[in-house]
Amino acid sequence: MDVIFTVKTGQLLGAGLAMGLGAIGAALGEGMTGGYANVSISRRTEMSSPFTRNMLVAQAVAETSAIFALMVAVLLLFSDMSGRGVCAGAAAIGAGIAMGLGAFGSGIGAGYSGGEAILGVSRQPESASQMTTTMLVGQAVCQTPAIFSLVIAFMLMFKDYSGVNAWPYSGCLIGAGIAMGFGAIGSGWGGGQAGGSACRGYARQPKLRGPIVTLMLVGQAVSQTPAIFALLVSIMLMTIGPTEGNLLVTMAFLGAGCSIGLGAVGSGMGNGVTAEAACDALSKESSLSKSIMTFMLVGQAIGQTPVIFAMVVSLLLMFGNYDQAANLPYAMALVSAGLCIGLGAIGSGYGNGITSAEACDALAVRPEKSPAVMTFMLVGQAVGQTPVIFALMVSFMLMLGNYDQAATLPAAMAILAAGIAMGFGAIGPGIGNGITAGGACTAFAMHPEHSSLYMRTMLIAQAVAQSTAIYALVIAFVLMFVV
Amino acid sequence: MDIGGADLIRAASFIGAGLAMGLGAIGPGIGEGFVGGKACEAIGRNPDEAGLLTRTMLVAQAVSESTGIYALVVALLLIFVV
Repeated sequence: MDVIFTVKTGQLLGAGLAMGLGAIGAALGEGMTGGYANVSISRRTEMSSPFTRNMLVAQAVAETSAIFALMVAVLLLFSDMSGRGVCAGAAAIGAGIAMGLGAFGSGIGAGYSGGEAILGVSRQPESASQMTTTMLVGQAVCQTPAIFSLVIAFMLMFKDYSGVNAWPYSGCLIGAGIAMGFGAIGSGWGGGQAGGSACRGYARQPKLRGPIVTLMLVGQAVSQTPAIFALLVSIMLMTIGPTEGNLLVTMAFLGAGCSIGLGAVGSGMGNGVTAEAACDALSKESSLSKSIMTFMLVGQAIGQTPVIFAMVVSLLLMFGNYDQAANLPYAMALVSAGLCIGLGAIGSGYGNGITSAEACDALAVRPEKSPAVMTFMLVGQAVGQTPVIFALMVSFMLMLGNYDQAATLPAAMAILAAGIAMGFGAIGPGIGNGITAGGACTAFAMHPEHSSLYMRTMLIAQAVAQSTAIYALVIAFVLMFVV
Repeated sequence: MDIGGADLIRAASFIGAGLAMGLGAIGPGIGEGFVGGKACEAIGRNPDEAGLLTRTMLVAQAVSESTGIYALVVALLLIFVV
């Protein structure tokens, strides 16, 4: 096919992806802001004009990410990239994915923060101006992932690829887009949760604005880590991505992008709900600022484990040795390994976040029992890590398998399906285990004297919820080793 | 590589099996976890009824598990029968 047609097709697809996906998050977020503004006006009708003004300011900030997406879409539609080589088509698709998905989390997050700020002013009208500042600080941080996405989209669009063969470098460019696009969702959304609860907390305890904003910023900074991993991998895919190689190289680099991108979603969201609960807890029990900060950071660190697994698999895929002749099963195994750990990290990352959020709540109720609350949190999170460990195991087996058998299409698809089964199959049990452990923390806060009863119930319930991850593991093994 | 119609059917049934089991595990996993969390909270409120609450939890989880088992059965059918 003609280079001009290839590149133009990529540009049009990229423009559609950028604007279509990019419109979702901001619109949802602005809807939340508008909804909370209406609730606030119904409480204090006399303040309808300042509430409307606040709503418009908050919505304008939430709109930013969608405007980034519009900018990228218009540039892709009207600029002529055909002189930059055949890879420019894939770069345009990558830019569209990066910006479209990347706008999602920041838009929702900023909108949620804005809504909580207006609701807060309706409770404490005298706090209005400080509340707006608090809101804008929170919203600014949760815009960061969208800005990362914009940077990656521009890097992809404005680089010159002339003289570079279409493959395998096109795979690296699409992988870079997937990594940054998905990678920005969790951190943007999570940053917004923290920002929203900081506004709620400030309305509850106006004297505590300083400590609450500090806790929010620390929590948001840690929640940004998954997006930063994704940014790093995205830049690596563009810079060290090889311009020579066979199908194995293409699939390995595509898999590396899927792995870190998808893997960052759950940990980013989980870290955000942890920070949200920590800010709420601080506004209820101001004397506990140190232990709340400790709980939040320990919980977030453990919630980071799944994305670190995904990062490890990404790096292994990028730095693997692909000198052998390409065969389809091995190529599928490489992309399957990336999908498996990427999808598999979502559930445990988010579930761990829910557990540590409930642990922060429990701490605020029973500060004198903090070691026991910490035990519940850590045991619950450790069991909640099982699904992602299954996924990591399958990922490693897929990467290290021996695939020199005669290449057949069904064998290759069975390998791909193994990663899909285990990856998706780990999402539900990961989240479910997190909810159960959260419930155990809540129960402990109510009646600490029956802690062994809660521990037993929690472990039984988690074991049952684990069963579906085990079915997925069995199906993945059957697909890899039996058929 | 020669790809015949039979190969395409095999390939599609494997992908179908992976999707069935993977997506089918999401709901039961979250649902059972939700039941477990609420059971812990309920026992926290009323520890004397722990036996009854645990039994109810396990019944509810077993029902929620059923869709995961359907997914498993369909995946096994796609792999070994079709």
